[in-house]
Amino acid sequence: MKNRIIINLLALFTIVFFGSCEKRLDVEPTQSVDESKALNSSSDVEAALVGAYAQLGSSASYGGNSQVNQELLGNSNTLYWAGTYQGMTQIYNKAIPINNGFITDTWTESYTVINTVNNILNALDKVDESKRDNIEGQAKFIRALAYYHLVNLFGKSYNNGSPASNLGVPIVTEPTREIGESAQVARSSVQEVYDLILSDLNAAKAKCATGDYGFFASSWAASGMLARVYLQMGDYNNAANEANLVIESGEFVLTDTYADAFPGNADAPSARSNTSEEVFAIQVTNTSGVNDLNTFFDPSGRGDIDIDPSFFDEFEVTDERGSFYQDISGYLYTKKFQSLYSNISVIRLAEMYLVRAEANFRLGTQVGPTTPLQDINRVRVRSGASAIAGPVTLDGILMERRHELAFEGFAINDAKRLEQNVGGIPWNSPKLVYPIPQREMLVNKNLVQNEEY
Amino acid sequence: MRKLIGSLMGLLFLSLSVFAQSKEAAGKVTDARDGSPLSGVTVSVKNSNASTVTAADGTFKITVPASSNSLTFTYVGYQVAEVPYSTEINVRLQVGEKSLNEVIVVGYGTRTRREVTGSVAKVSAKEIANTPATSFESALQGRAAGVFVEQENGKVGQGIKVRIRGASSVSASNEPLYVLDGIPVITANLSSNGAVTNPLADINMNDIESIEVLKDASAAAIYGSRASNGVVLITTKRGRSGKSKIEVGFFTGSQKPTRHRKFMNSEQYVNYFQDASVRRGKYRYRIDKDYWDSEGVTEQDLIDQGVAAFESRMDLLSGDNQDWKTYKTNTNWEDQAFQKAPINQVDLSISGGNDKTTFYMAGQALDQRGIIVRNGFKRYSGRLNLAQKVRDWLNVGMNMSYARSLNERVSNDNAFSTPIQIVALTPTTPVIDPRTGLLAGELDPATGSPSDIFPLYYNPLLSVKGATYNTLVYRTLGNVYGEAKIARGLSFRSEFGIDQLNQTEEAYYGPITVRNTSAPKGSGFYNADAVQNYTTNNFFKYNTTFGEDHDFDAVAGMSFQEQKTMNSFAEAEQFPSEAYKKLSAASSKTDASTSESQFSFLSYFARANYKFKDRYLLALSGRYDGSSRFGKNSRWGFFPAASAGWIVSEEKFFENVKPVSFLKLKASYGLTGNAEIGNFPSRGLWSGTAAYGGVPGQVPSQLANPDLKWETSTGFDAGFEIGVLNNRVSLEFDYYIRKTKDLLLTVNVPGTSGFRTQFRNVGNLENKGFEIALNTENIVSKNFRWSTNFNFSVNRNKITNLQGQVLGSDYNRAMEGEALGVFVSREFAGADPANGDALYIKNTKKSDGTRDRSTTNDYNEAEEVVIGNPNPDFIFGFRNLVTYKGLELDLLLQGVQGNDIYDGGGQYYSASGSNGYDNQTLDQLNAWKNPGDVTMVPEARRGMANGTDPSSRYLLDGSYVRVKTLSLAYTIPSRITTRWNIDRLRVYVRGQNIFTFTNYKGWDPEVNADYQSSNINQGVDFYSAPQIKSLVFGINIGL
Repeated sequence: MKNRIIINLLALFTIVFFGSCEKRLDVEPTQSVDESKALNSSSDVEAALVGAYAQLGSSASYGGNSQVNQELLGNSNTLYWAGTYQGMTQIYNKAIPINNGFITDTWTESYTVINTVNNILNALDKVDESKRDNIEGQAKFIRALAYYHLVNLFGKSYNNGSPASNLGVPIVTEPTREIGESAQVARSSVQEVYDLILSDLNAAKAKCATGDYGFFASSWAASGMLARVYLQMGDYNNAANEANLVIESGEFVLTDTYADAFPGNADAPSARSNTSEEVFAIQVTNTSGVNDLNTFFDPSGRGDIDIDPSFFDEFEVTDERGSFYQDISGYLYTKKFQSLYSNISVIRLAEMYLVRAEANFRLGTQVGPTTPLQDINRVRVRSGASAIAGPVTLDGILMERRHELAFEGFAINDAKRLEQNVGGIPWNSPKLVYPIPQREMLVNKNLVQNEEY
Repeated sequence: MRKLIGSLMGLLFLSLSVFAQSKEAAGKVTDARDGSPLSGVTVSVKNSNASTVTAADGTFKITVPASSNSLTFTYVGYQVAEVPYSTEINVRLQVGEKSLNEVIVVGYGTRTRREVTGSVAKVSAKEIANTPATSFESALQGRAAGVFVEQENGKVGQGIKVRIRGASSVSASNEPLYVLDGIPVITANLSSNGAVTNPLADINMNDIESIEVLKDASAAAIYGSRASNGVVLITTKRGRSGKSKIEVGFFTGSQKPTRHRKFMNSEQYVNYFQDASVRRGKYRYRIDKDYWDSEGVTEQDLIDQGVAAFESRMDLLSGDNQDWKTYKTNTNWEDQAFQKAPINQVDLSISGGNDKTTFYMAGQALDQRGIIVRNGFKRYSGRLNLAQKVRDWLNVGMNMSYARSLNERVSNDNAFSTPIQIVALTPTTPVIDPRTGLLAGELDPATGSPSDIFPLYYNPLLSVKGATYNTLVYRTLGNVYGEAKIARGLSFRSEFGIDQLNQTEEAYYGPITVRNTSAPKGSGFYNADAVQNYTTNNFFKYNTTFGEDHDFDAVAGMSFQEQKTMNSFAEAEQFPSEAYKKLSAASSKTDASTSESQFSFLSYFARANYKFKDRYLLALSGRYDGSSRFGKNSRWGFFPAASAGWIVSEEKFFENVKPVSFLKLKASYGLTGNAEIGNFPSRGLWSGTAAYGGVPGQVPSQLANPDLKWETSTGFDAGFEIGVLNNRVSLEFDYYIRKTKDLLLTVNVPGTSGFRTQFRNVGNLENKGFEIALNTENIVSKNFRWSTNFNFSVNRNKITNLQGQVLGSDYNRAMEGEALGVFVSREFAGADPANGDALYIKNTKKSDGTRDRSTTNDYNEAEEVVIGNPNPDFIFGFRNLVTYKGLELDLLLQGVQGNDIYDGGGQYYSASGSNGYDNQTLDQLNAWKNPGDVTMVPEARRGMANGTDPSSRYLLDGSYVRVKTLSLAYTIPSRITTRWNIDRLRVYVRGQNIFTFTNYKGWDPEVNADYQSSNINQGVDFYSAPQIKSLVFGINIGL
């Protein structure tokens, strides 16, 4: 009987002991941290800024795939798409269904970046005062890049009809904490999105570092981006001024050779620091980031895009750019993206010379110490092409731009800006504008789909 | 008042009886089949605690209180016998398979089948023993009504989908809870290559005594919050007192793919693509005529361009020669994806015991090569189950097993390196490049390194030769328990169980795989997971009988479970040479991480069963569950259930209904929950995995939802069991309806929020259906016995509310009014007879609500509609067992009918040659050629994507009937074997999946591409390996 009592006690004890496990239900995540613990100090916010750069470098944002898609959309006979990704075939064929996954990713990834930036801007009070301006400037630079991407791809181009009434993309400037009715944001006009981009970039220009900035966005990067945006808007005066600021900063010099501007070895891919002419580049290392330009353009990746030989025939024999390809059994592949772990150039100094030349030429002005002819020749001579004696023409400047910046993601925006048809498709055709992704239309009743989708 | 007095009198009588005189009974228990003695049979006295077990010769002796008038004899696998008291009792026990008196394991206890009021399916050891399959779930296929089992593909050790009465969730898990000897086991997928592996493959099928599937709410609700998808209870074998048994088993055999797919040979391929290149030129001219005319380009120029590009590509793909023109090389690449696949298994078990101690120990070695090149599975396992009667009132025991599983794996179905993707290569490409004597692509003579462009895609054989990917699991599963009788009818049981799973994945990709990995000097990774799962169950059991007619038993207690997963991962590149495969030699360490996650459940449960006059049954159960997965506001959930049964055949008025020997009506209703949604779904989270240029960073990773709570299912079940002709024919019928509310859903949110999805309790879905299980003893004679089991299940799944959302991205969707996972796409209408363009039915809604059935060649103009359903209309199993003397023939047919399959690879290999140079399936030869042709295959236009966008063109009927098992066994008569000192000697030949009857055009209709499988993504074929068909010869020896 004594045993029975012991057993009874033991049973009772067990039940009580394990029954009091309730506090063991309080399990904290260790892998991730609760949002209440994420942005409490200056270093927290700085880490979030790094995160925003990382997201900007995602494939569908500025990590390469989107640039590739902009080349596929903006070309018809200069390059050939031979890959099997249906979504990219659709973009190359300019016949895009609204459920195209690559386009959906560009939309969602861009807004992911924007939300991270909005979180940073919302927590600026946590940042050490000495760093605050720089953090704010960089965050706004990143947001401007994301919106520039969105508005040009999902809205009509700035020169197509009235930007004030054409639909751009939804503008979100507050961090998301919950999803309510207010999360269904309607599209702002193209003009409103451009206004935000300009205001963000001007803030970045004013607040970002001009001194020690490493590979992060500097005031010069903001000016470089402003030059690009103003050019796209046809505001040549501002474009020339901003390009001039970058060129005359003395921070950047063209690399000795064209090949040096695109370093990296396919056989021993390794990370690199920015070249002397990179004003801003997405950092890729073997542990973080992705270079999808390499994936699609280079045979060491998928090698899905080969270049029509007629493109390289356009160059002088001595022009390094005309032989900057590898020939594999008659298929030509650009050598710009040979390394898997190479940074992705977003703004190169060469582009700034081309912007200043074009803008000056169009206005008949000379912002900066050199003439459009001299700017063009600066870019040409670097690649071993002969200096043009002059006079320079607009067609000559634009040809130079095409030769210098080919395959870097400029194709579709330049085609629209310069009102050049793509194959048989007019520059202002709705086929050259991305559809608003189907998944987005389904969850946001305030969105209006683009024409012809 | 009278009742009360009656009860008091009863109590007085009971207590008096303790002092009353007792009497003796003795006898012998034998097997009704052959009269052989049965040892270890439990003999108990009704309404008393007295019990004993029979000795080795089947004899027993027991002291019976004077008040008791009958004895019961129970023995696993046999029918329970109740015999009136006499001094000498000789009992012949009937084999109890599928009988009404067989013992059914339920949560925290057992019942006999006749008393069960819920819906429980049982599969016994005998049925599944010696199945040549990696994991026991595949042996369940076709054997239990309402249980749908589908293996994703024919890669060994990979994911198996089990759906009990349909899917009850959209975003949370739909897999049942697996409980082994009372302890929930780890089922989490730990694979890092995108294809799911199956932790249940660590369990040795031959250790299993029985598998009970708890299907309805009342049976499962004792497992509360985790029971919505049903519960699978696995009970391992126990020793029995008596003469120790030694069992040796061995089988060996070979395996092959169930089916093949036919692709073009060189001649067909070359002619087809030559023509397609001409048609490419013509087509390009036709659609842009004005442009080409303005450029001065003629149709012939474009044709020449198309043909020239084709020819130069053919030269390249032949290995820089023109052999393709003569079809000299004619490679059947599909053959190259398969290998010789032997399978061998050895089992040894020893069991036995005495009236105090019983033991079961077993070991097994399984060596199974996969049918897919480089694929294989090896498992060594051991088990020791011990039970000890320490005192009359105290039993203790342990059940322990250990397993080592090595899975040599291949890439997921979506990888260029997965063997089946080899079918994309052109038949004109040689397997061995004559220029180098090496595998095609291994060495480019021009560059001295592996080729980037030859063959057409990365050659998966290079991964076979130059890469390894091995998953090694060490698994310890076990529990210890003690059970003490505290008072008459009352006992307390405490169980403590662990499940420790240590897995390492080691991958090495050598330099020859560079085209696939982009790592010229090789790369590799090492991924280690340690999962610790511990559970304790502590509960009281009580049973009593009062008066003549009232039986009552109850279970009440608590359970706590905690599971922790720790992961570490390292990745590196650049090895000095192919001889070095460990990361230590790699010069560039590219990634390293560790992580940890955890969850816990605390539960209180209770169940009460009441039986009146042996015919009115009532069961109530409930579980109160708390989980770390939910926020403090909604941490706890209560899941009650009730069920009732009426054994009509026990009624007086039924005595004269002659042919009907048994009739039971039953009904149940209850709530169950689902919490399988990852460990921190309600939190707003930031993740620190956003490094940039070597600087650490953090980003938001999950949107908060503090109100997130349990997903709840309400289940109703009604049915009957009927036995006719002395139960030679028995039929079980169940109708059920299960409604799930507050779905734990990953809801799409506007992407402008910076998030794609959020976990919310949104939506409802329902499953309803019926099940029939018919068991008949067709012929029973002395030497000949023929029995049949037939099961048939219909389930209809319907999502009733998702707040208007449509979820899913590829081919499958979750949407209101439809079954989970329906295929949504454009409706394909074949080739335009006029010009060969792919046509689609517009399906745009007209003003009158009907759809416009006219066709268009503009894919975007056609609207997406529901084109098919991956869920079957019905499933069935049909088993025939025929024994004649020592011969036994076992035939199991298994069928799945009415489901659709989306052939995801069709866009490449059934693309009328209009999407890349991929080799094409033979049916593409029927492509449109001339105006007026009526065909479902659009014109072949190389590279011009004619009809390759997702559409019903690639939707196929997935119905099939399979000869799941066909086995012929012969037990050599014991009069012969005893001469060799062998108790039992059985030889058999057994085929698994040996015939498959289907109209499916792909490899095998039992398929779901492993890289994409999810609740929503079902029934997609994407270069998925066909299922395994095997033929083995085996022997079982009992000593």
